[in-house]
Amino acid sequence: MSDNKYIIEVNNLEKSYGDTLVLKDISFSVSEGEVLSIIGSSGSGKSTLLRAINQLESIEGGEVIICGDTLCNNNNLILSNEEKRKIQLHNGLVFQDFNLFPHMSILQNITEALIYVLKKDKKEAKEIALSLLDKMGLKDRAAAYPSQLSGGQKQRVSIARALALKPNVLWFDEPTSALDPELTGEILKVIKDLAKEKMTMVVVTHEMAFAKEISDRVIFMDDGIIAEEGTPEEVFDNPKNPRTKQFLQRF
Amino acid sequence: MTHLLIPMLEGTLVSVKIFFFTLLFALPLGLLIAKAKQSRFWVVRKLINTYIMIMRGTPLILQLIFVYFAPYYIFSTSFDRLNAAIIAYVINYGAYFAEIYRGGIQSIDKGQYEAGKVLGFTKAHTFFHVIFPQVIKEIIPAMGNEVITLVKDTALAQTIGVAEVFRVAKTASAREFSTTPLFIAGVFYFIMNAVVSKVFDRMEKKLSYYD
Repeated sequence: MSDNKYIIEVNNLEKSYGDTLVLKDISFSVSEGEVLSIIGSSGSGKSTLLRAINQLESIEGGEVIICGDTLCNNNNLILSNEEKRKIQLHNGLVFQDFNLFPHMSILQNITEALIYVLKKDKKEAKEIALSLLDKMGLKDRAAAYPSQLSGGQKQRVSIARALALKPNVLWFDEPTSALDPELTGEILKVIKDLAKEKMTMVVVTHEMAFAKEISDRVIFMDDGIIAEEGTPEEVFDNPKNPRTKQFLQRF
Repeated sequence: MTHLLIPMLEGTLVSVKIFFFTLLFALPLGLLIAKAKQSRFWVVRKLINTYIMIMRGTPLILQLIFVYFAPYYIFSTSFDRLNAAIIAYVINYGAYFAEIYRGGIQSIDKGQYEAGKVLGFTKAHTFFHVIFPQVIKEIIPAMGNEVITLVKDTALAQTIGVAEVFRVAKTASAREFSTTPLFIAGVFYFIMNAVVSKVFDRMEKKLSYYD
Protein backbone atom coordinates (compact mmCIF):
# COMPACT_ATOMS: atom_id res chain seq x y z
CA MET A 1 0.00 0.00 0.00
CA SER A 2 3.06 2.26 -0.03
CA ASP A 3 2.49 3.94 -3.37
CA ASN A 4 -1.24 4.23 -2.84
CA LYS A 5 -2.75 7.18 -1.04
CA TYR A 6 -6.17 5.58 -0.90
CA ILE A 7 -7.13 2.88 1.56
CA ILE A 8 -10.16 2.00 -0.50
CA GLU A 9 -10.48 2.51 -4.21
CA VAL A 10 -13.63 1.46 -6.03
CA ASN A 11 -14.04 1.96 -9.76
CA ASN A 12 -17.19 1.28 -11.78
CA LEU A 13 -18.42 -1.41 -9.41
CA GLU A 14 -21.46 -3.35 -10.55
CA LYS A 15 -23.59 -5.79 -8.66
CA SER A 16 -26.77 -7.53 -9.68
CA TYR A 17 -29.28 -10.00 -8.31
CA GLY A 18 -30.30 -12.02 -11.35
CA ASP A 19 -31.27 -9.48 -13.98
CA THR A 20 -31.67 -6.62 -11.54
CA LEU A 21 -28.71 -4.30 -11.33
CA VAL A 22 -28.58 -3.13 -7.70
CA LEU A 23 -25.28 -1.27 -7.87
CA LYS A 24 -24.46 0.63 -11.04
CA ASP A 25 -21.14 2.14 -11.91
CA ILE A 26 -20.13 2.93 -8.33
CA SER A 27 -16.81 4.77 -7.98
CA PHE A 28 -15.41 6.28 -4.83
CA SER A 29 -12.34 6.23 -2.67
CA VAL A 30 -11.45 6.54 0.98
CA SER A 31 -8.23 8.14 2.19
CA GLU A 32 -6.37 7.31 5.32
CA GLY A 33 -7.92 8.80 8.46
CA GLU A 34 -11.05 9.82 6.64
CA VAL A 35 -14.60 9.28 7.86
CA LEU A 36 -17.03 8.67 5.05
CA SER A 37 -20.77 8.36 5.58
CA ILE A 38 -23.05 6.64 3.13
CA ILE A 39 -26.68 7.73 3.37
CA GLY A 40 -29.76 6.96 1.34
CA SER A 41 -33.15 5.34 1.68
CA SER A 42 -33.72 1.63 2.22
CA GLY A 43 -33.09 -0.29 -0.96
CA SER A 44 -30.75 2.35 -2.34
CA GLY A 45 -27.90 -0.16 -2.26
CA LYS A 46 -25.79 1.34 0.50
CA SER A 47 -25.66 -1.80 2.65
CA THR A 48 -25.16 -3.95 -0.43
CA LEU A 49 -22.17 -1.81 -1.38
CA LEU A 50 -20.62 -2.26 2.05
CA ARG A 51 -21.31 -6.00 1.96
CA ALA A 52 -19.86 -6.36 -1.54
CA ILE A 53 -16.59 -4.72 -0.54
CA ASN A 54 -16.47 -6.92 2.57
CA GLN A 55 -16.89 -10.02 0.38
CA LEU A 56 -20.32 -10.88 1.72
CA GLU A 57 -21.86 -10.35 -1.72
CA SER A 58 -20.53 -11.18 -5.14
CA ILE A 59 -19.39 -8.41 -7.43
CA GLU A 60 -20.30 -8.59 -11.10
CA GLY A 61 -17.99 -5.96 -12.49
CA GLY A 62 -15.59 -3.15 -11.76
CA GLU A 63 -12.51 -2.80 -9.68
CA VAL A 64 -12.05 -2.85 -5.92
CA ILE A 65 -8.65 -2.16 -4.39
CA ILE A 66 -8.22 -2.39 -0.64
CA CYS A 67 -4.93 -1.12 0.77
CA GLY A 68 -3.29 -1.73 -2.59
CA ASP A 69 -4.56 -5.30 -2.85
CA THR A 70 -6.92 -5.90 -5.72
CA LEU A 71 -10.04 -7.75 -4.63
CA CYS A 72 -11.67 -7.64 -8.00
CA ASN A 73 -10.72 -6.47 -11.39
CA ASN A 74 -13.58 -6.78 -13.84
CA ASN A 75 -13.80 -10.44 -12.86
CA ASN A 76 -10.58 -11.42 -14.59
CA LEU A 77 -8.88 -11.87 -11.28
CA ILE A 78 -9.09 -15.21 -9.51
CA LEU A 79 -8.03 -15.19 -5.88
CA SER A 80 -7.53 -18.16 -3.60
CA ASN A 81 -9.54 -18.32 -0.39
CA GLU A 82 -6.34 -17.54 1.46
CA GLU A 83 -5.75 -14.38 -0.58
CA LYS A 84 -9.36 -13.30 -0.13
CA ARG A 85 -9.08 -13.76 3.62
CA LYS A 86 -5.89 -11.73 3.67
CA ILE A 87 -7.57 -8.88 1.84
CA GLN A 88 -10.58 -9.03 4.14
CA LEU A 89 -8.31 -8.50 7.15
CA HIS A 90 -7.67 -4.93 5.92
CA ASN A 91 -11.36 -4.38 6.67
CA GLY A 92 -13.18 -4.53 9.96
CA LEU A 93 -16.94 -4.75 9.85
CA VAL A 94 -19.50 -3.90 12.50
CA PHE A 95 -22.90 -5.39 11.72
CA GLN A 96 -26.28 -3.88 12.33
CA ASP A 97 -27.32 -6.82 14.52
CA PHE A 98 -23.91 -7.40 16.11
CA ASN A 99 -23.51 -11.07 15.16
CA LEU A 100 -21.60 -11.86 18.31
CA PHE A 101 -21.00 -15.55 18.94
CA PRO A 102 -23.59 -16.42 21.60
CA HIS A 103 -21.78 -19.51 22.90
CA MET A 104 -18.55 -17.64 23.59
CA SER A 105 -17.88 -15.22 26.42
CA ILE A 106 -17.34 -11.56 25.59
CA LEU A 107 -13.62 -12.10 26.00
CA GLN A 108 -13.60 -15.16 23.73
CA ASN A 109 -15.60 -13.30 21.10
CA ILE A 110 -12.64 -10.97 20.78
CA THR A 111 -9.74 -13.36 21.33
CA GLU A 112 -10.95 -16.06 18.91
CA ALA A 113 -9.73 -14.27 15.77
CA LEU A 114 -6.60 -13.00 17.50
CA ILE A 115 -5.61 -16.55 18.38
CA TYR A 116 -6.74 -18.45 15.29
CA VAL A 117 -6.31 -15.86 12.56
CA LEU A 118 -3.49 -13.61 13.76
CA LYS A 119 -1.86 -16.51 15.66
CA LYS A 120 -1.29 -14.51 18.83
CA ASP A 121 -0.63 -16.52 21.96
CA LYS A 122 -3.51 -16.72 24.41
CA LYS A 123 -1.99 -14.38 26.97
CA GLU A 124 -1.34 -11.63 24.45
CA ALA A 125 -4.78 -12.08 22.88
CA LYS A 126 -6.38 -11.71 26.30
CA GLU A 127 -4.41 -8.54 27.02
CA ILE A 128 -5.43 -6.99 23.70
CA ALA A 129 -9.07 -7.94 24.26
CA LEU A 130 -9.16 -6.62 27.81
CA SER A 131 -7.61 -3.29 26.87
CA LEU A 132 -10.17 -2.87 24.08
CA LEU A 133 -13.00 -3.79 26.43
CA ASP A 134 -11.61 -1.27 28.88
CA LYS A 135 -11.71 1.36 26.16
CA MET A 136 -15.34 0.43 25.51
CA GLY A 137 -16.15 0.62 29.22
CA LEU A 138 -16.88 -3.09 29.38
CA LYS A 139 -13.86 -4.60 31.08
CA ASP A 140 -15.98 -5.92 33.95
CA ARG A 141 -18.21 -7.81 31.51
CA ALA A 142 -15.40 -9.87 29.94
CA ALA A 143 -16.67 -13.12 31.42
CA ALA A 144 -20.32 -12.48 30.54
CA TYR A 145 -22.11 -13.94 27.53
CA PRO A 146 -23.67 -11.81 24.80
CA SER A 147 -27.23 -12.62 25.91
CA GLN A 148 -26.49 -10.97 29.26
CA LEU A 149 -25.66 -7.63 27.62
CA SER A 150 -27.83 -4.75 26.44
CA GLY A 151 -27.93 -3.97 22.73
CA GLY A 152 -25.61 -1.02 23.15
CA GLN A 153 -23.12 -3.13 25.08
CA LYS A 154 -23.27 -5.86 22.45
CA GLN A 155 -22.55 -3.36 19.74
CA ARG A 156 -19.58 -2.02 21.69
CA VAL A 157 -18.25 -5.56 22.02
CA SER A 158 -18.64 -6.07 18.30
CA ILE A 159 -16.70 -2.85 17.67
CA ALA A 160 -13.97 -4.11 20.01
CA ARG A 161 -13.97 -7.44 18.19
CA ALA A 162 -13.45 -5.69 14.85
CA LEU A 163 -10.79 -3.34 16.22
CA ALA A 164 -8.82 -6.19 17.77
CA LEU A 165 -7.58 -7.24 14.34
CA LYS A 166 -6.24 -3.73 13.73
CA PRO A 167 -8.08 -3.17 10.45
CA ASN A 168 -6.98 -0.36 8.13
CA VAL A 169 -10.58 0.66 7.70
CA LEU A 170 -13.61 0.02 9.86
CA TRP A 171 -16.99 -0.37 8.17
CA PHE A 172 -20.27 0.15 10.00
CA ASP A 173 -23.51 -1.24 8.61
CA GLU A 174 -26.22 0.87 10.25
CA PRO A 175 -24.64 0.34 13.66
CA THR A 176 -27.52 1.84 15.63
CA SER A 177 -30.52 0.57 13.65
CA ALA A 178 -31.09 -2.46 15.88
CA LEU A 179 -30.84 -0.42 19.08
CA ASP A 180 -33.43 1.29 21.22
CA PRO A 181 -33.29 5.05 20.61
CA GLU A 182 -31.87 5.73 24.08
CA LEU A 183 -28.96 3.37 23.38
CA THR A 184 -27.82 4.86 20.08
CA GLY A 185 -25.93 7.65 21.85
CA GLU A 186 -23.35 5.34 23.41
CA ILE A 187 -22.48 3.82 20.03
CA LEU A 188 -22.30 7.17 18.29
CA LYS A 189 -19.95 8.36 21.01
CA VAL A 190 -17.65 5.38 20.44
CA ILE A 191 -17.54 6.13 16.71
CA LYS A 192 -16.86 9.78 17.42
CA ASP A 193 -13.96 8.85 19.70
CA LEU A 194 -12.55 6.60 16.99
CA ALA A 195 -12.81 9.47 14.51
CA LYS A 196 -10.77 11.62 16.89
CA GLU A 197 -8.10 8.92 16.87
CA LYS A 198 -8.03 9.20 13.07
CA MET A 199 -9.43 5.74 12.48
CA THR A 200 -10.45 5.38 8.83
CA MET A 201 -14.16 4.62 8.80
CA VAL A 202 -17.03 4.14 6.40
CA VAL A 203 -20.40 4.44 8.09
CA VAL A 204 -23.64 3.39 6.44
CA THR A 205 -26.22 5.18 8.53
CA HIS A 206 -29.70 6.62 8.94
CA GLU A 207 -28.52 9.03 11.62
CA MET A 208 -28.33 12.22 9.58
CA ALA A 209 -27.31 14.58 12.35
CA PHE A 210 -24.58 12.19 13.31
CA ALA A 211 -23.36 11.75 9.73
CA LYS A 212 -23.20 15.50 9.36
CA GLU A 213 -21.26 15.89 12.56
CA ILE A 214 -18.55 13.27 12.17
CA SER A 215 -18.03 12.84 8.44
CA ASP A 216 -15.31 14.32 6.34
CA ARG A 217 -17.29 13.32 3.30
CA VAL A 218 -20.80 12.09 2.59
CA ILE A 219 -22.12 9.92 -0.21
CA PHE A 220 -25.84 9.90 -0.97
CA MET A 221 -26.97 6.77 -2.75
CA ASP A 222 -30.18 6.46 -4.68
CA ASP A 223 -31.39 3.49 -6.70
CA GLY A 224 -27.97 1.84 -6.92
CA ILE A 225 -25.95 4.87 -7.94
CA ILE A 226 -23.99 7.54 -6.12
CA ALA A 227 -26.36 10.45 -6.63
CA GLU A 228 -24.35 12.98 -4.71
CA GLU A 229 -21.00 13.19 -3.02
CA GLY A 230 -19.32 15.96 -1.09
CA THR A 231 -18.51 17.46 2.29
CA PRO A 232 -21.31 17.32 4.89
CA GLU A 233 -21.96 21.01 4.29
CA GLU A 234 -22.30 20.49 0.55
CA VAL A 235 -24.57 17.47 0.80
CA PHE A 236 -26.73 18.45 3.77
CA ASP A 237 -26.93 22.22 3.47
CA ASN A 238 -26.68 22.68 -0.22
CA PRO A 239 -27.68 19.51 -2.09
CA LYS A 240 -27.53 19.76 -5.86
CA ASN A 241 -29.45 16.65 -6.81
CA PRO A 242 -33.24 16.93 -6.46
CA ARG A 243 -33.33 13.33 -5.10
CA THR A 244 -30.97 14.33 -2.29
CA LYS A 245 -33.16 17.31 -1.43
CA GLN A 246 -36.25 15.13 -1.43
CA PHE A 247 -34.54 12.54 0.78
CA LEU A 248 -33.20 15.07 3.28
CA GLN A 249 -36.54 16.81 3.63
CA ARG A 250 -37.79 13.83 5.58
CA PHE A 251 -35.33 14.49 8.38
CA MET B 1 -31.77 -67.86 38.61
CA THR B 2 -28.17 -67.63 37.40
CA HIS B 3 -28.91 -69.97 34.49
CA LEU B 4 -31.32 -67.27 33.36
CA LEU B 5 -29.36 -64.16 34.29
CA ILE B 6 -26.02 -65.06 32.71
CA PRO B 7 -27.33 -65.55 29.18
CA MET B 8 -29.47 -62.45 29.62
CA LEU B 9 -26.48 -60.40 30.68
CA GLU B 10 -24.64 -61.68 27.62
CA GLY B 11 -27.62 -60.63 25.50
CA THR B 12 -27.60 -57.25 27.19
CA LEU B 13 -23.95 -56.84 26.28
CA VAL B 14 -24.79 -57.52 22.63
CA SER B 15 -27.58 -54.93 22.72
CA VAL B 16 -25.28 -52.37 24.31
CA LYS B 17 -22.63 -53.15 21.69
CA ILE B 18 -25.09 -52.51 18.85
CA PHE B 19 -26.13 -49.30 20.54
CA PHE B 20 -22.65 -47.89 21.01
CA PHE B 21 -21.25 -48.89 17.64
CA THR B 22 -24.30 -47.44 15.94
CA LEU B 23 -23.80 -44.10 17.69
CA LEU B 24 -20.06 -44.17 17.11
CA PHE B 25 -20.49 -44.37 13.33
CA ALA B 26 -23.94 -42.88 12.72
CA LEU B 27 -23.28 -39.59 14.53
CA PRO B 28 -20.39 -38.54 12.26
CA LEU B 29 -22.04 -40.16 9.22
CA GLY B 30 -25.17 -38.08 9.83
CA LEU B 31 -23.14 -34.87 9.91
CA LEU B 32 -21.37 -35.83 6.70
CA ILE B 33 -24.71 -36.55 5.00
CA ALA B 34 -26.20 -33.30 6.27
CA LYS B 35 -23.26 -31.38 4.78
CA ALA B 36 -23.41 -33.35 1.53
CA LYS B 37 -27.09 -32.51 1.25
CA GLN B 38 -26.06 -28.85 1.02
CA SER B 39 -23.55 -29.66 -1.73
CA ARG B 40 -23.43 -27.35 -4.71
CA PHE B 41 -23.36 -30.41 -6.95
CA TRP B 42 -26.80 -31.43 -8.09
CA VAL B 43 -25.84 -35.12 -8.42
CA VAL B 44 -24.63 -35.30 -4.82
CA ARG B 45 -27.81 -33.69 -3.49
CA LYS B 46 -29.97 -36.02 -5.57
CA LEU B 47 -28.08 -39.09 -4.35
CA ILE B 48 -28.32 -38.02 -0.72
CA ASN B 49 -32.03 -37.29 -1.03
CA THR B 50 -32.66 -40.71 -2.53
CA TYR B 51 -30.66 -42.37 0.22
CA ILE B 52 -32.56 -40.52 2.95
CA MET B 53 -35.88 -41.36 1.28
CA ILE B 54 -35.07 -45.05 1.17
CA MET B 55 -33.80 -45.15 4.74
CA ARG B 56 -36.80 -43.33 6.15
CA GLY B 57 -39.32 -44.78 3.75
CA THR B 58 -38.74 -48.50 4.33
CA PRO B 59 -38.90 -50.53 7.55
CA LEU B 60 -35.69 -50.90 9.52
CA ILE B 61 -36.46 -54.61 9.84
CA LEU B 62 -36.36 -54.92 6.06
CA GLN B 63 -33.07 -53.03 5.90
CA LEU B 64 -31.59 -55.44 8.45
CA ILE B 65 -32.65 -58.41 6.33
CA PHE B 66 -31.33 -56.75 3.20
CA VAL B 67 -27.90 -55.96 4.64
CA TYR B 68 -27.56 -59.49 5.97
CA PHE B 69 -28.86 -61.46 2.99
CA ALA B 70 -28.19 -59.31 -0.09
CA PRO B 71 -24.38 -59.75 -0.03
CA TYR B 72 -24.91 -63.49 0.08
CA TYR B 73 -26.93 -63.50 -3.14
CA ILE B 74 -24.66 -61.03 -4.90
CA PHE B 75 -21.19 -62.00 -3.69
CA SER B 76 -21.93 -65.42 -2.14
CA THR B 77 -20.60 -64.13 1.15
CA SER B 78 -22.11 -62.21 4.04
CA PHE B 79 -21.18 -60.18 7.08
CA ASP B 80 -21.36 -61.84 10.43
CA ARG B 81 -24.77 -61.27 11.99
CA LEU B 82 -23.72 -58.68 14.52
CA ASN B 83 -21.72 -56.66 11.97
CA ALA B 84 -24.59 -56.81 9.48
CA ALA B 85 -26.92 -55.51 12.18
CA ILE B 86 -24.57 -52.67 13.10
CA ILE B 87 -24.14 -51.67 9.43
CA ALA B 88 -27.91 -51.59 8.96
CA TYR B 89 -28.42 -49.47 12.08
CA VAL B 90 -25.62 -47.09 11.11
CA ILE B 91 -26.95 -46.37 7.62
CA ASN B 92 -30.52 -46.10 8.91
CA TYR B 93 -29.78 -43.88 11.88
CA GLY B 94 -27.23 -41.88 9.87
CA ALA B 95 -30.12 -40.75 7.65
CA TYR B 96 -32.28 -39.71 10.60
CA PHE B 97 -29.38 -37.97 12.34
CA ALA B 98 -28.59 -36.15 9.09
CA GLU B 99 -32.04 -34.62 9.05
CA ILE B 100 -31.69 -33.56 12.67
CA TYR B 101 -28.30 -31.97 11.99
CA ARG B 102 -29.71 -30.25 8.93
CA GLY B 103 -32.53 -28.73 10.96
CA GLY B 104 -29.98 -27.53 13.50
CA ILE B 105 -27.62 -26.12 10.90
CA GLN B 106 -30.46 -24.26 9.19
CA SER B 107 -31.57 -22.73 12.46
CA ILE B 108 -28.29 -20.85 12.82
CA ASP B 109 -28.44 -17.24 11.70
CA LYS B 110 -26.43 -16.53 8.57
CA GLY B 111 -24.93 -13.57 10.38
CA GLN B 112 -22.82 -16.08 12.31
CA TYR B 113 -21.17 -17.26 9.09
CA GLU B 114 -20.71 -13.67 7.99
CA ALA B 115 -19.10 -12.69 11.29
CA GLY B 116 -16.68 -15.61 10.91
CA LYS B 117 -15.90 -14.58 7.38
CA VAL B 118 -15.15 -10.92 8.08
CA LEU B 119 -12.94 -11.95 11.01
CA GLY B 120 -10.83 -13.99 8.61
CA PHE B 121 -11.85 -17.46 9.84
CA THR B 122 -11.54 -20.32 7.40
CA LYS B 123 -14.83 -22.02 6.48
CA ALA B 124 -13.83 -25.03 8.57
CA HIS B 125 -13.02 -22.89 11.59
CA THR B 126 -16.34 -21.08 11.30
CA PHE B 127 -18.18 -24.38 11.05
CA PHE B 128 -16.49 -26.23 13.89
CA HIS B 129 -15.97 -23.36 16.32
CA VAL B 130 -18.93 -21.09 15.61
CA ILE B 131 -21.73 -23.02 13.95
CA PHE B 132 -21.45 -26.59 15.21
CA PRO B 133 -21.36 -25.83 18.96
CA GLN B 134 -24.61 -23.90 18.51
CA VAL B 135 -26.07 -26.71 16.40
CA ILE B 136 -25.42 -29.23 19.18
CA LYS B 137 -27.38 -27.15 21.68
CA GLU B 138 -30.17 -26.77 19.17
CA ILE B 139 -30.53 -30.47 18.34
CA ILE B 140 -30.16 -32.07 21.77
CA PRO B 141 -33.90 -32.60 22.38
CA ALA B 142 -34.44 -34.20 18.95
CA MET B 143 -31.28 -36.28 19.29
CA GLY B 144 -32.38 -37.49 22.72
CA ASN B 145 -35.59 -38.77 21.20
CA GLU B 146 -33.78 -40.55 18.42
CA VAL B 147 -31.20 -42.17 20.68
CA ILE B 148 -33.92 -43.48 23.01
CA THR B 149 -35.62 -45.01 19.98
CA LEU B 150 -32.32 -46.62 19.03
CA VAL B 151 -32.10 -48.40 22.40
CA LYS B 152 -35.45 -50.02 21.74
CA ASP B 153 -34.74 -50.62 18.04
CA THR B 154 -31.77 -52.84 18.94
CA ALA B 155 -34.40 -55.52 19.62
CA LEU B 156 -34.98 -55.77 15.87
CA ALA B 157 -31.52 -57.30 15.38
CA GLN B 158 -33.06 -60.65 16.40
CA THR B 159 -34.63 -60.74 12.93
CA ILE B 160 -31.29 -61.76 11.48
CA GLY B 161 -30.46 -64.01 14.43
CA VAL B 162 -28.41 -61.69 16.60
CA ALA B 163 -28.61 -62.91 20.20
CA GLU B 164 -29.46 -59.55 21.74
CA VAL B 165 -31.30 -59.37 25.03
CA PHE B 166 -34.83 -59.57 23.66
CA ARG B 167 -34.11 -62.71 21.64
CA VAL B 168 -32.45 -64.33 24.63
CA ALA B 169 -35.47 -63.43 26.76
CA LYS B 170 -37.93 -64.83 24.22
CA THR B 171 -36.04 -68.11 23.97
CA ALA B 172 -35.79 -68.43 27.76
CA SER B 173 -39.44 -67.53 28.13
CA ALA B 174 -40.49 -70.30 25.73
CA ARG B 175 -38.19 -72.83 27.36
CA GLU B 176 -39.33 -72.12 30.92
CA PHE B 177 -42.99 -71.35 30.24
CA SER B 178 -42.50 -68.08 32.10
CA THR B 179 -42.88 -64.39 31.30
CA THR B 180 -40.14 -63.44 33.80
CA PRO B 181 -37.35 -63.26 31.17
CA LEU B 182 -39.44 -60.88 29.04
CA PHE B 183 -40.08 -58.75 32.08
CA ILE B 184 -36.34 -58.65 32.86
CA ALA B 185 -35.66 -57.61 29.25
CA GLY B 186 -38.18 -54.80 29.67
CA VAL B 187 -36.35 -53.64 32.80
CA PHE B 188 -33.10 -53.61 30.83
CA TYR B 189 -34.48 -51.28 28.15
CA PHE B 190 -36.00 -49.10 30.81
CA ILE B 191 -32.74 -48.74 32.76
CA MET B 192 -30.73 -48.18 29.62
CA ASN B 193 -33.09 -45.40 28.55
CA ALA B 194 -33.11 -43.87 32.02
CA VAL B 195 -29.33 -43.55 31.64
CA VAL B 196 -29.64 -42.11 28.12
CA SER B 197 -32.23 -39.56 29.30
CA LYS B 198 -30.00 -38.57 32.18
CA VAL B 199 -27.03 -38.07 29.85
CA PHE B 200 -29.08 -35.85 27.55
CA ASP B 201 -30.47 -33.86 30.49
CA ARG B 202 -26.93 -33.28 31.66
CA MET B 203 -25.81 -32.11 28.23
CA GLU B 204 -28.79 -29.80 27.95
CA LYS B 205 -28.00 -28.29 31.36
CA LYS B 206 -24.35 -27.97 30.51
CA LEU B 207 -25.17 -26.04 27.34
CA SER B 208 -27.71 -23.79 29.00
CA TYR B 209 -24.98 -21.38 30.06
CA TYR B 210 -26.05 -19.17 27.15
CA ASP B 211 -29.30 -18.44 25.32
